[in-house]
Amino acid sequence: MKAASILVGLVALGVLLVVGGAFYTVRETEVVILTQFGAPVGAPITEPGLHWKTPFVQDVNRMEKRVLEFDGPATRMPTKDKTYIEVDVFARWRIADPTKYFVALRNETSAQSRLEDIIGSETRASVASHELIEVVRSDKARTVPVDVQGQAGNTSPLRSAKRGRRELEQDILKASAPKLVPLGIELLDVRFKRVNYTSEVLTPIHQRMISERAQIAQRFRSEGEGEAARILGKKDRDLREVESIAYKQVQEIRGAADAEATRIYAQAYDKSPEAREFYGFLKTLDTWKAVLGSRTNLILSTDSDLFRLLKQSGK
Amino acid sequence: MAPPTLVRGQPDWSKLRLLKVIVPAFLLLIGVFTTYYTVPSDSVGVVLRFGKYSSTREPGLHFKLPFGVDEVEILAVKRQLKLEFGSVPDYDYTNPDQVGDEPEKERGMVTGDLNAALVEWVIQYRISDPQLFLFHVREPGWTLRDLGEAVMREVIGDRTVDEVITVGRQDIEATSVTRLAELANAYQLGITVDQVQLKNVNPPQPVQNSFNEVNKAQQDRESMINVANGEYNKVVPRAKGEAEQKISEAEGYRLKRVNEALGDVSAFNAVLEQYLKAPTVTRTRLYLETMKDVLPALADTWIVDGSVTQLLPMVQNATKGGAK
Repeated sequence: MKAASILVGLVALGVLLVVGGAFYTVRETEVVILTQFGAPVGAPITEPGLHWKTPFVQDVNRMEKRVLEFDGPATRMPTKDKTYIEVDVFARWRIADPTKYFVALRNETSAQSRLEDIIGSETRASVASHELIEVVRSDKARTVPVDVQGQAGNTSPLRSAKRGRRELEQDILKASAPKLVPLGIELLDVRFKRVNYTSEVLTPIHQRMISERAQIAQRFRSEGEGEAARILGKKDRDLREVESIAYKQVQEIRGAADAEATRIYAQAYDKSPEAREFYGFLKTLDTWKAVLGSRTNLILSTDSDLFRLLKQSGK
Repeated sequence: MAPPTLVRGQPDWSKLRLLKVIVPAFLLLIGVFTTYYTVPSDSVGVVLRFGKYSSTREPGLHFKLPFGVDEVEILAVKRQLKLEFGSVPDYDYTNPDQVGDEPEKERGMVTGDLNAALVEWVIQYRISDPQLFLFHVREPGWTLRDLGEAVMREVIGDRTVDEVITVGRQDIEATSVTRLAELANAYQLGITVDQVQLKNVNPPQPVQNSFNEVNKAQQDRESMINVANGEYNKVVPRAKGEAEQKISEAEGYRLKRVNEALGDVSAFNAVLEQYLKAPTVTRTRLYLETMKDVLPALADTWIVDGSVTQLLPMVQNATKGGAK
């Protein structure tokens, strides 16, 4: 009884082990290569789900089916114009031929290190044969929009580049990809993540920026002074203009008034000999009234008109 | 996966009978606890059977096959996810991709005029295709981070430092969101990029003072112009008013002159008309009337006969003696 149950237990355990060893799952994200004593057998299993293999003899080697990342280390390198920059590239790749990949690399760590070697050296080669601006610019056709140009402080223009960042990335991709094919790796894309000045380059750049800003500030101030002077000049001009135009108009009006009055008087006083004579007489009388006053001593001759009238009436 | 290992490792001959009860009970318990799961309201559950995609479940309570046959990945597809660049947020964040390893380095950029700038920004995205998100790219969030940095540097590299720091923000945001969305699509990340927002954008620390100085200079320019305009406005409008005043006064003078002339003339004409009717009498009358008005007001009136020729000595004597 006891021995029988032990036997049953052992058999059950054996069956469990065989069955457990014969089945394996392939995940949606995986591709599996079966190896027999270390050597790959059959085609890679790409179909996800439950699969069957020879237990004990065959081993399951799982590999990624997805697009994988590569992030290279930030590396100091000189450009063609001898500026030292720190370049950080990333890439995306996938295992295109799992068998080749498995044989050549075994695991991802070695794949990453090969990627680093190949992409790293192609990056250095590409950066070294281009000017800094060509690593920086992408859309070479772009210029500063006209409406922005006029705005505050836009002094430094965009530098033009013969080639651009996208082209460099394509160069690196094209140069690296064939070298990775034998490893079963398909390189999908390479891009610059960061391109930054190294600290020793940064100090002179800052100096340049500071002097550039100082120049702009100076320009603003002198623009202000110039504009203020222009306004003050206009003030004087306008003031003189207003005053002189007013003077001119006043003189014109007064002159016209005097002329008009003169014309009116002349027309009336000069219309006949009698009028002329009578006007002279009246004015003489007015003049008398005006001239003779309390401080005047008048000596009248008896020959004067006053007494002449008297004498005449006495006759 | 775990239960069979447990069975294999545990056999104990003396307690075999007890084991016969405990093991199935234990397995049953695990089975019960691993057959159901809940999908939160902002998420979907992606079910894998033996590692193969089987279905996508909406929010709610669901059942699955236990013992690792079915696996469920919960993805928050309705939640807006964030990636921060160049800064560490001051709140707790759950998305492991949200913050980069080296914010200091993320910030530094080279502009299209070969100046340097510090840029901080945020990308907002959603998981739009759970299957692509899970199965196509291994680290979709991290990949979006890498792309985000590459795109932002491309865009900044095509702009001047002034555009980056002052006037070009909207343009930068719009350009980079378009480009990033295209790339996310091309990479089949299963992600929709909603927004790219610039946060702090600054010149490098050692240069910041001189940037402030430029702002100050700009203010100075404005204030100098304002002062001058003030000066202008203080003087010119007043001068214009005064000019108008003078002109009005002149016009008043004209009216006065002309009207007076007309008045004088009509008076003269009226008198003349009468005078012409009797000239001699009128003449005499006017003369005498005037004399009458004038003579009494005089200091002294001397009447001297027409034959007197030596008038001066007489006048001297008269004034000395005070006699009339």
